Amino acid sequence: MNAPDERAARQRAAVAELSAVLPAHALLWQREDTVPYECDGLTAYRQLPLAVALPENDAQVAAVLQACHRLQVPVVARGAGTGLSGGALPHELGVTLSLAKFNKILSIDPLSQTAIVQCGVRNLAISEAAAPHGLYYAPDPSSQIACTIGGNVAENSGGVHCLKYGLTLHNVLRVKGFLADGTPVEFGSAALDVPGLDCLSVMIGSEGMLAVVTEVTVRLIPKPQLARCIMASFDDIQSAGNAVAAIIAAGIIPAGLEMMDKPMTAAVEDFVHAGYDLNAAAILLCESDGTPEEVAEEIQRMLDVLTGCGATRLEVSRDEAQRLKFWSGRKNAFPASGRISPDYMCMDSTIPRKRLADILTAIGEMEVKHGLRCVNVFHAGDGNLHPLILFDANDEDQLHRAEAFGADILETSVRLGGTITGEHGVGVEKLGSMCVQFSDAERAQMLALKAAFDPQGLLNPGKVIPTLQRCAEGGKMTVRRGLLPFAELERF
Amino acid sequence: MTATDPALQALIDRIGQARAARTPLAIRGGSTKDFYGGTPSGEAFDVTALKGISSYEPSELVVTVRCGTPLEELERTLAEQGQCLPFEPPRFKPGGTVGGMVAAGLAGPSRAAAGGVRDYVLGATLLNGRGEVLSFGGQVMKNVAGYDVSRLLAGSLGVLGVICEVSLKVLPLQPATTTLRFELDQPTALKTLHGWAAQPLPINASAWWDGMLVVRLRGARAAVDAACAKLGGEHVDDALATTFWQGLRDHQDEFFVGAQKAVTHGASLWRLSLPAIAPPLPLSGEQLVEWSGAQRWICTSTPAAQLRDAAARVGGHATLFMAQDKSAGTFAPLAAPLDRLHRELKAAFDPDRIFNPGRLYPDL
Repeated sequence: MNAPDERAARQRAAVAELSAVLPAHALLWQREDTVPYECDGLTAYRQLPLAVALPENDAQVAAVLQACHRLQVPVVARGAGTGLSGGALPHELGVTLSLAKFNKILSIDPLSQTAIVQCGVRNLAISEAAAPHGLYYAPDPSSQIACTIGGNVAENSGGVHCLKYGLTLHNVLRVKGFLADGTPVEFGSAALDVPGLDCLSVMIGSEGMLAVVTEVTVRLIPKPQLARCIMASFDDIQSAGNAVAAIIAAGIIPAGLEMMDKPMTAAVEDFVHAGYDLNAAAILLCESDGTPEEVAEEIQRMLDVLTGCGATRLEVSRDEAQRLKFWSGRKNAFPASGRISPDYMCMDSTIPRKRLADILTAIGEMEVKHGLRCVNVFHAGDGNLHPLILFDANDEDQLHRAEAFGADILETSVRLGGTITGEHGVGVEKLGSMCVQFSDAERAQMLALKAAFDPQGLLNPGKVIPTLQRCAEGGKMTVRRGLLPFAELERF
Repeated sequence: MTATDPALQALIDRIGQARAARTPLAIRGGSTKDFYGGTPSGEAFDVTALKGISSYEPSELVVTVRCGTPLEELERTLAEQGQCLPFEPPRFKPGGTVGGMVAAGLAGPSRAAAGGVRDYVLGATLLNGRGEVLSFGGQVMKNVAGYDVSRLLAGSLGVLGVICEVSLKVLPLQPATTTLRFELDQPTALKTLHGWAAQPLPINASAWWDGMLVVRLRGARAAVDAACAKLGGEHVDDALATTFWQGLRDHQDEFFVGAQKAVTHGASLWRLSLPAIAPPLPLSGEQLVEWSGAQRWICTSTPAAQLRDAAARVGGHATLFMAQDKSAGTFAPLAAPLDRLHRELKAAFDPDRIFNPGRLYPDL
């Protein structure tokens, strides 16, 4: 049997089994129905699944997993599909398990400051539901208006406030879901720890490869009374980098600490008109939150440090409207870049903060070497860098140069003591770069860990941990001609 | 850390011999927590030759340290730079090591506010049961490359391998600390704490015992002062408060000294980890409540099954923390799928079951 015939046969078998456990409207397999699922936020990779299952309750999820397990069909779980590394890219011979219908907030408990939500609930919806109690869910990835908590668990999502408030890992208490064979399972607890190994730690950020999560218990925290933001200009990148280190060295953990370089600032100012200083080589946004007394004290301390580090202009937000304006440009770096270049490729490496000037110098040299421009935004507080490589994908040569440029950045980041992905995940995009960061033995250990959870290798196979053969190409995220889904979303 | 390091090579060789001879190894650091978990068995495997702080840059908020480094040395080094381990790992005796701290995964009075050991682990280098040197995570705050194996090691009691080196997130010492006390019975104390928890107050630790609730505020001066004015209570002298919290952290205060004595007379010290809002548990024996209700210590002769059942009914679990008779098992039994998963994970990291057999669960 040739490959297309075999695929068609497998599709018939999967659809037959799944039809027996799902209502007709919860199973898609005609091409026109499955096309919307062919990619996630990383549109450069596309693949039609055999079928898309849209279960409506836990029993149906278990039944879908049991059916796929019987047939040995891979299962790729999917939330809102906003991921940037192809983690939800369908498998050619697999079923995509859309959890879009798991969109209910089950409980908000102000007494225990927790919320129990289904996995398909949007990140921002949790904070909105908790707001009447003066509480919120802290991790705030820039795509929070659309991305789901289940996806956040899969990627261990961060946000601009995670230096002070932590990642998804630090704010999720418990997940419930199913192993690959449909066995119900629970990791974590409403208490602060569990007996035995802390499996929740390894579940979070495992990109849907260890279990399927359907319910998440998150920690809510009291909303700070006040937040204010300083916008500081510097006339060279080195001084801005030193200022970041000096703030931390002064014992301050800002609620947010972000940097943009000059070309990025120009691009976003043109887009949002936030009043950024266009003459600055770098701009820092430093936020303080807490009680009014606390904020006043911390803002003054940060202003002193920034002045001492040679800031050329300092502006403190007067009110909430101006604070949001300061942030609007930073949060719109992605769409703003789309306006100055036909295509761009977004990198997501993390480096030790002290190497900031080194990596930016290296990127400057790479711009010359590869003959392409690059603009930079940076979660300076936690060392997470988002260089956006500008190119035109219609020019084959530019595309290749952009890919080589991206691989260069990731390898340099690892050499400087960093990592290939800070928050977007490995997915399919950075499989190649995993070989730069991890040895064969390390990757073999990770594959063994996966096999402990999923012995048949049915959950999201082919993602995150590359086999030896895959250790070939560099990591990148390509956006072609504005074909990015959710182009309107704030990013990073 | 590389395999060319002679101290590391010696450990690799020893693991090779143990595998060949099928003799289990009992990983040894400072031997300060032998009472915790299943009784150590196997040949003593001293790993303290891996010693020293590998890198520490205060402005990065990261320290990388080898497992045999005394915890005391690490904390002193951090304090010199105005930084700390915010989770306050207990030091039951002098000489405890950083490796033991991570393996035990225990945190002190600030746990509910500041997070636990795993929340501060950024990366680790591990020697698995095949004697392979493996690094996971890294030295940066945000890192989602591959599975987060390093955090899985926190609280693993060494059953997955030897934790050779860890990178930890550290934080600045807070500028202001104040301790308040309130005369309250347990139900009122819990209710009061839960009311406070929903407000933006800098409550960093709490302890209730014998009709007295003690609360530690920690943060910016302005925030601590404002909270003091709001909460009322009686201010505790700073020196006295420091001694109290240290004693609580290291289990050397009156409650724990009494409990240790009771253990020698046949009682058991239980640690109940519960949702903070669980009601007061009507169990016989002395109770000390920490973490705003999420950690409750009970010194009692009540049978294990009754305690485990009481904890499970409110959504928590009970650990037999210290006892002469540990036949009930240290940790609460696992649900079937998790039990299977533990065995599979053990097999994935340590297929010949060389490391710390029985320390976490009897047949693991």
